[in-house]
Amino acid sequence: MRSRRNHELALLAVAAGITAGAYALASLGRTASIPADLLPFLGVVFGLLLLAHLVIRRVAPQADPTILPIVALLNGLGYVFIARLSNDISDASSLPGQQATWTAVGVAAFTATLIAVPRIKVLDKYRYLAAITGLVLLVMPLLPVIGREFNGARIWVSIGPINFQPGEFAKLALAVFVASYLAEKREILQEGRVNIGPLDFPEPKHLAPVLLAWGASLVVMVAEKDLGSSLLIFLVVVVMLWVATARFSYLLTGAGLFIAGSWVASKQFGHVQDRLDIWLDPFSDPNGKGFQPVEASFALANGGLTGTGPGRGEPYRIPEVETDFIFAAIGEELGLVGSVGILVAFVVMVTSGLRIAIGTRDDFGKLLATALSALLGIQAFIIIGGVIRVVPLTGITLPFVSYGGSSLVANYVLVALLIRISQDGARRPDIGIELDGPAQGGDTEMAGVT
Amino acid sequence: MNRQIVRLGVGLMAAYFVLFVQLNNIQMFGADELNTHPDNSRPLVANFGAPRGEIRAADGTVLARSVELEDGAFARQREYPTGELFAEATGFFSFNAGADGLERTWDDELRGEQNELADGLRELLGGESTTADVETTLSVALQEAARASLGERRGSVVALDPQSGAILSMWSWPSYDPNPLSSVSTAEADAARRALLSDERKPLLPRTTRELFFPGSTFKVVTAAAALDAGVVELDTPVFANVTEYVPPLTTNPLGNFGGSNCGGPLRDLIRRSCNAGTAQLAVELLGADELVDTARDFGFDAVPPLRLPDVVASQMPDDFGADLGTDVELAPDLAAQIDNPPEVPLTDDMPSLAQTSIGQFDVKATPLQMALVAAAVANDGEVPRPHVVKRVVDSEGSVLHEADLDPWKRAMSRQTSEQLREAMVGVVADGTAKVLQVPGLVVGAKTGTAEIGTNIESTHAWVIVFAGDDIERPDIAIAVLVEADTATGEQTGGRVAAPIALDVLSAWQAERGK
Repeated sequence: MRSRRNHELALLAVAAGITAGAYALASLGRTASIPADLLPFLGVVFGLLLLAHLVIRRVAPQADPTILPIVALLNGLGYVFIARLSNDISDASSLPGQQATWTAVGVAAFTATLIAVPRIKVLDKYRYLAAITGLVLLVMPLLPVIGREFNGARIWVSIGPINFQPGEFAKLALAVFVASYLAEKREILQEGRVNIGPLDFPEPKHLAPVLLAWGASLVVMVAEKDLGSSLLIFLVVVVMLWVATARFSYLLTGAGLFIAGSWVASKQFGHVQDRLDIWLDPFSDPNGKGFQPVEASFALANGGLTGTGPGRGEPYRIPEVETDFIFAAIGEELGLVGSVGILVAFVVMVTSGLRIAIGTRDDFGKLLATALSALLGIQAFIIIGGVIRVVPLTGITLPFVSYGGSSLVANYVLVALLIRISQDGARRPDIGIELDGPAQGGDTEMAGVT
Repeated sequence: MNRQIVRLGVGLMAAYFVLFVQLNNIQMFGADELNTHPDNSRPLVANFGAPRGEIRAADGTVLARSVELEDGAFARQREYPTGELFAEATGFFSFNAGADGLERTWDDELRGEQNELADGLRELLGGESTTADVETTLSVALQEAARASLGERRGSVVALDPQSGAILSMWSWPSYDPNPLSSVSTAEADAARRALLSDERKPLLPRTTRELFFPGSTFKVVTAAAALDAGVVELDTPVFANVTEYVPPLTTNPLGNFGGSNCGGPLRDLIRRSCNAGTAQLAVELLGADELVDTARDFGFDAVPPLRLPDVVASQMPDDFGADLGTDVELAPDLAAQIDNPPEVPLTDDMPSLAQTSIGQFDVKATPLQMALVAAAVANDGEVPRPHVVKRVVDSEGSVLHEADLDPWKRAMSRQTSEQLREAMVGVVADGTAKVLQVPGLVVGAKTGTAEIGTNIESTHAWVIVFAGDDIERPDIAIAVLVEADTATGEQTGGRVAAPIALDVLSAWQAERGK
């Protein structure tokens, strides 16, 4: 298992190299000089990564070696672009410092999670605490005094000097709860059927979790106007139900509820209708409601195959480019090569996560790994798809890349949990039953699943 | 569950494949369309901040230049160190409102061929962009003299070299400062533009080339040229009766002399004293519409002058004076007695309009540039020079991209006619309506004009067109000055109001020439 960690270290060095190279290029592109702080920057980047790596070596030595390097690459590139954008956006000069601080906090949260959760099973015991925590976090922004609305979305909580988006952490708590709930109830949920034509549906009472997720996501959408998170929570819960029960009807029911909810929302809420209209024809109002996606497309087109080079494009033209639209900035300055690189990074991270799920024997860990991977994969899909007009635009961060402390820290906790599950799965089971298949992870299991 | 997890993986991969396809669609296959999309302002921003050559006065004074900026979306800011002074010629270079003047005409050359590598890397790699500089014929001294002399009055001054057509000065007031309009702060530029557009005095309008005015009596030079060229009069014969007014055929409405004065004599005196009645009688009874219209067109009326500035307008010469009534105009007995072989001028429905036209009223309208060209043609042996403000356009590698075409534009009259007219116009300065313009050691010829606006005689345009030089055979400068009608000022005559401005320009010209 030592070789896994060595692979991880080598990959981390590659990620750090790419990040440092991009950082130097971004400065060259702007001012034709190598930044004076390149070495300290490299040192800090390497230091943080090395810390995370050493903690994994110590507490999860057999864990998947690809996830941390990909996180490092995404976070590093994101930081470079935030730093680069801060030069061109007024009032953004403090963003790189804050993002660096949040990265440090994220790595701290990552190591703390790995140490505090020695086995993923531990979390299974806190099912209802997780549920309550998730729901409380979800509705916190709606509370008076501490809840804050910003840019039309009420997703912020302000306590003392600290502002954060509890929704980012609510996703994790809800994932723990749903994984735990389904691990226990999945057999019951597989039973009982109501036949409608050729399809069989679960009994209505067993649809409670779906309806709960639907309700929670409706609350998020209607009261907090956070379409992206609403969509994410709902999709992940439906996917988990389907994975847990293998019943296709859950997907169908979910799709039906989703379509009904969207239709009602588009009729009832102007902002939802606007998003749909812009999605269908962004050029109908290129300087108004369609400005963001239209400018994002212009930015990506300007980048072309190889990009303008870091620091040499005009991504600052896109509003919210440092958060929701950072993908467009990367696509403009690193070109199709860079934007597809980001896609590949997410695909690799998500498939690693799903491989961890497959390699895990216990249902809770399996479902949780699935949920966490789906959270990452679907969130990245929703925002990238929104930026490039594949799906309607819903404001949500690109994990690890966008500026934003809550998102960054929550996602570091997320990958810490994935790595923890990966370590559990790679270890020989405690119970003395010999299981088929190689024990050291999921390398060959994808093909051998039955 | 593993089967579902694999399917989930496949589903997510399919979703990401859709993203991959759309990224290719945006960044590769559809990129050209997006890059040239009409809503895409990126090319505009790039152009607006791109390196751009200078516009310079004849003495090398910088009239427009681009300075590099440290911050912001734009790499450079266009600057006009002389402010409003040369706005008439340079125009502006605005992000939202486009460009005007030389900035517009010579946009391609000023911008040049851009090196693909921009600023930072270019310095590193030593590449250069080849922008071009526009060298004008304009004189700072003359321009300043025109501005100072015209002051806060609305009006125009055009001065040019009658032989080459090189414009030395083009000034009109109200003008504007191109700097705020060209600001990289679009808020500042928009505010400046809105203020200028809402100003009813139309400061953005380059009056010298883009606005038409009744030329009034300055047009009598054209009428006289037509009559001399046609051979229907000489400078000293016939002698027109001393009258206060002339009643054209088919009307009882008289056309009076300015101020109701008693005025007459041969053509020389009609010009010297600017007699309306005699000139109108000449046009109606001896010249006729066809000759007058032809000559006006030979001077450049009804044609856009080949001045390479945006939206230069053609001066207007009316050519419809009603139906031919099949008989000839009856010559006044006193004229008939002096002329052996009187020309046959066909009688038409609208002889009063022809009479008005001959003295620069009715539908005759001219730009100040056109009237300067009238003076220039007289000075230049009958040839109308090709007006130009750009001497050369030279790129940063020294290649000359453009050089002014010095061939004349048109022939307005015979050389002999121009000699006679120079003599007559020198008479106007020696002992006529423009005595103000007498300059020791300089031959000066002029024609004043006082054009009535509509029926309100209290409000008039004051004109003067001038040529001057050391030698009457070869004057070196032609000038047109217009002070526009202003109800607050009331009646203003060319001799009293416009001629002193021309004198100031002449003095500045002499001072510069003497250096």
